[in-house]
Amino acid sequence: MCGIAGIFARNETAKTPTREELARMCGAMHHRGPDEFGIFRDARCGLAHARLSIIDLSTGQQPLSNQDGTLWIAFNGEIFNYVELREELVALGHVFKTKSDTEVIVHAYEAWGDEAFAKMNGQWAVALWDEKKKKLVLSRDRVGVRPLYITEHAGRVFFGSEVKAIFAADPSVPRAFDAVGLEETFTFWSIVPPRSVFENVEELRAGYVRTYENGKVHEHAYWEPKYCEPGGANTFKGTLEDATVAVREALEKATALRMLRADVQVGSYLSGGLDSSFVAALGLRAKGEKFSTFSVGFEDAEYDETQFQKQMAARLGTEHHAITVKSGDIANVFPDVIRFAERPVLRTAPAPLFLLSKLVHDAGIKVVLTGEGADEMFAGYDLFREGKVRRFWAKDPKSKRRPLLLDRLYPYLARSPVAQKAMATQFFGRNLENSGSPGFAHEARWRSTAALKRLFSGDVIAKVGTTDVTANFLATLPPEFSRWSHLAQDQYIEIRTLLTGYLLSSQGDRMLMGNSVEGRFPFLDKDVIALADSLPASYKLHVLDEKHVLKLASKDLVPADILARKKQPYRAPDALSFVGAGTPSWVEDVMSEKAVREAGVFSVDGARTLWDKCKARAAGGQFSNADNMAVVGILSTQLVHESILARPAAPRDVPIKTMVDRLA
Amino acid sequence: MSIQADVRQFIVKNFYVADPAGLADDASLLDKGVIDSTGVLEVVAHLESTYGIKVDDAELLPENLDSIARITAFVEKKKG
Repeated sequence: MCGIAGIFARNETAKTPTREELARMCGAMHHRGPDEFGIFRDARCGLAHARLSIIDLSTGQQPLSNQDGTLWIAFNGEIFNYVELREELVALGHVFKTKSDTEVIVHAYEAWGDEAFAKMNGQWAVALWDEKKKKLVLSRDRVGVRPLYITEHAGRVFFGSEVKAIFAADPSVPRAFDAVGLEETFTFWSIVPPRSVFENVEELRAGYVRTYENGKVHEHAYWEPKYCEPGGANTFKGTLEDATVAVREALEKATALRMLRADVQVGSYLSGGLDSSFVAALGLRAKGEKFSTFSVGFEDAEYDETQFQKQMAARLGTEHHAITVKSGDIANVFPDVIRFAERPVLRTAPAPLFLLSKLVHDAGIKVVLTGEGADEMFAGYDLFREGKVRRFWAKDPKSKRRPLLLDRLYPYLARSPVAQKAMATQFFGRNLENSGSPGFAHEARWRSTAALKRLFSGDVIAKVGTTDVTANFLATLPPEFSRWSHLAQDQYIEIRTLLTGYLLSSQGDRMLMGNSVEGRFPFLDKDVIALADSLPASYKLHVLDEKHVLKLASKDLVPADILARKKQPYRAPDALSFVGAGTPSWVEDVMSEKAVREAGVFSVDGARTLWDKCKARAAGGQFSNADNMAVVGILSTQLVHESILARPAAPRDVPIKTMVDRLA
Repeated sequence: MSIQADVRQFIVKNFYVADPAGLADDASLLDKGVIDSTGVLEVVAHLESTYGIKVDDAELLPENLDSIARITAFVEKKKG
């Protein structure tokens, strides 16, 4: 796990990458790999690498090349099946210098070209430079666990694991917010790759490979999800019992690969829910000895799951580490959180995860397993159940009984004042006539989030113009989408938008790497994804029972009361973390009229009115979901402006251990 | 200030409507996302404290509270 970056001169006249530029790229992402730094360059291409040593500690330095030194690589991530791929390649006559997974990618690319990526089971962002062909290859894993950003300026392509590395390389690279990226953020809760929140900066899409050669750019998907279709090739044919066995086997294998393929200690997160409990239990079985688990709890009982975390840790007999988030912690750490996230967020949920990865780092652990991805692959979210209930209701829109099923999804509704119930019925009952349309389940969430765009400045509104981000996104759905079950459609959209754009990024890679910790995700294993996608919808969402097959597959390992718990969405205290006594001074600084005007994203009047309302609630009082998202959205956007665009910290001066300079 | 003007001012301020001119009196506040179910309770608290009326649970319906015009009509009816 590491950071990669580089510069590619697209033609002979573009400026050659300098050692100083590449060193600054390393320095800007030193947190991703504080162990070692390396640079390669020739007249056309430069690669920069920051290494967090996990596999082959002594000889895995990068950049690294093939046997004759003509194919160079900078790689961030893990290829968990590198041992098996290496055997295949040795049989084909390839000779290896190291025991690292990095070298396996180089040889795999030599042997199989772009097809190599489809054979890899892992999480990666990789840059390969073919000196002979003058060809640059960039690739990213199937769901986007590892990030990769790209921009082009003055005939040069800049790329990096983080945008700050790109901006640090060359001060002349333009930097500004992208209005449509903001529009996406305030609709989907995240950008949708290939867009980013920065103008002219792209995020390489998950599952894609891009090549630059002979002045041309070529990009294609080396992998696409294949959901179960009636009579289709990827349709699980067995019974629910068969599926339960298959899911268990696939997850045992996926967890063992992630637990054992490391030359350092691997720990596990424990959230108190099913997914991480199951993963930790499988991790223990794979390892066969005690290991460390890590949890985050909250002083505020509304968000706290400590009781279940302790219960699971005791059952596993792990060395358990826990941290309690107290009032004030979120505001104190939020500027760092956003500096690492590099994008606006509408929730503070990344902040406790940043504190959690610090706990892991301080315990001397570099790698953790997490349960992320289970809700997307096995249908855990309320949104999937809500979509099912609303589609059922839509078949008889006049029914008084069908909407009552909403009370089963949201038990608080049954106890709510009439106002909330009447409003909820109107909210969920909107648009029932379009129940067969793509995006039906997500439309209510997108619509209520998009209402926050009334806070945008006139400038942003003008730049967005008539761009309809929802329609544009729906236009990118694959042709086979309409043949999938409604559940599979909802899962696909959830993965493309929220998993890749937010959970794996702002709550995943960035919060982990901010403290130099690598996350590993058994539920995002290549074979687990293929199996989950092949299952009939009813195995995943059985009537309204979410993650049905996963509960069956884990019942001997996870205590009954954790299995029976209603899924608790992971949340943290939002807007009210930033007001009241003891609030750090940065908050008023970024919310000042001057700062809001300088960033130019929000209406000065709108932001002030909202902020006054928020402060008036400091002493207590209810703050609505929309108000929470608005406040966190503005604060985080202002911080992105401050720490990435306007006044970024200078990149650290780091020692370059590996230096391959063809021009020296 | 007329009831309608007061209701409008409250909605615009409390729900930080940056472009008040773009909010029609008969626009659905729920559909536009200006208010959600918590927001409705904020509206009710304002009406009760400003106009000395008591809003019953059974009256908390979109028909009474979903636009500036509907809220105004509702208050006028309650005040008699």
